[in-house]
Amino acid sequence: MARVLLFGRLSDVAGWRERQVDSPFLSALRTRLSKEDTSLGEALAGPGVQVALDQVIVRGDAPLNAATEVAFLPPMSGG
Amino acid sequence: MSVRLTFDPFDPGELLGDFCRDRSEVGAVATFTGIARAEAGATVALELEAYPGFTEAEIGKIAGQAKARFGLDDFAILHRVGKIAPGEPVVFVATAARHRRAAFEACDFLMDYLKSKAPFWKKEHGPDGARWVEPRAEDHADLKRWDEPKGG
Repeated sequence: MARVLLFGRLSDVAGWRERQVDSPFLSALRTRLSKEDTSLGEALAGPGVQVALDQVIVRGDAPLNAATEVAFLPPMSGG
Repeated sequence: MSVRLTFDPFDPGELLGDFCRDRSEVGAVATFTGIARAEAGATVALELEAYPGFTEAEIGKIAGQAKARFGLDDFAILHRVGKIAPGEPVVFVATAARHRRAAFEACDFLMDYLKSKAPFWKKEHGPDGARWVEPRAEDHADLKRWDEPKGG
């Protein structure tokens, strides 16, 4: 069970901000979220969306464990 | 050295007083306070979302760079998150250095970063609903001013 966090417009698209999702890999998590909600899937794959695992930006796939915090970060706007 | 986020309104004067206290060697303190604009009624409220922990850490990295580059003695950054009414302070940046130029420049540099790249997501609430806001081209151009010349 990874803890998934959505920020900015992503949480508006999904209608939720935080959820527990059972997934062994980031790629599998993406597939699962896209299957459940295609518009969220498209938004997550959109330009400039970054992923942080336990608050560190990652590129590509990565294994997830029960305690991993997965954050999807749309382009940052500045303050 | 502090980077903090707050949901609550703050008093920039009080922060400045605290920042200046017990200093006898720094010589110069520069500050910037950003205030939420009403845009003639077009903005009813500003809403800023941060990623707690990550946002402070990312700002802290840039502030550390500013400290090294400008030779700062100290800095303080306080940023509002949540809903902010027009007229309320959004951000406070203070820099301390031995001489004024470093303090001014570091403060300017930090604000250009905060306005264009810092991990916030900004929504403007207006009379006709809310919209997500991206940085303006000017914000990116402002940040480019600080690019270090490439060697070689």
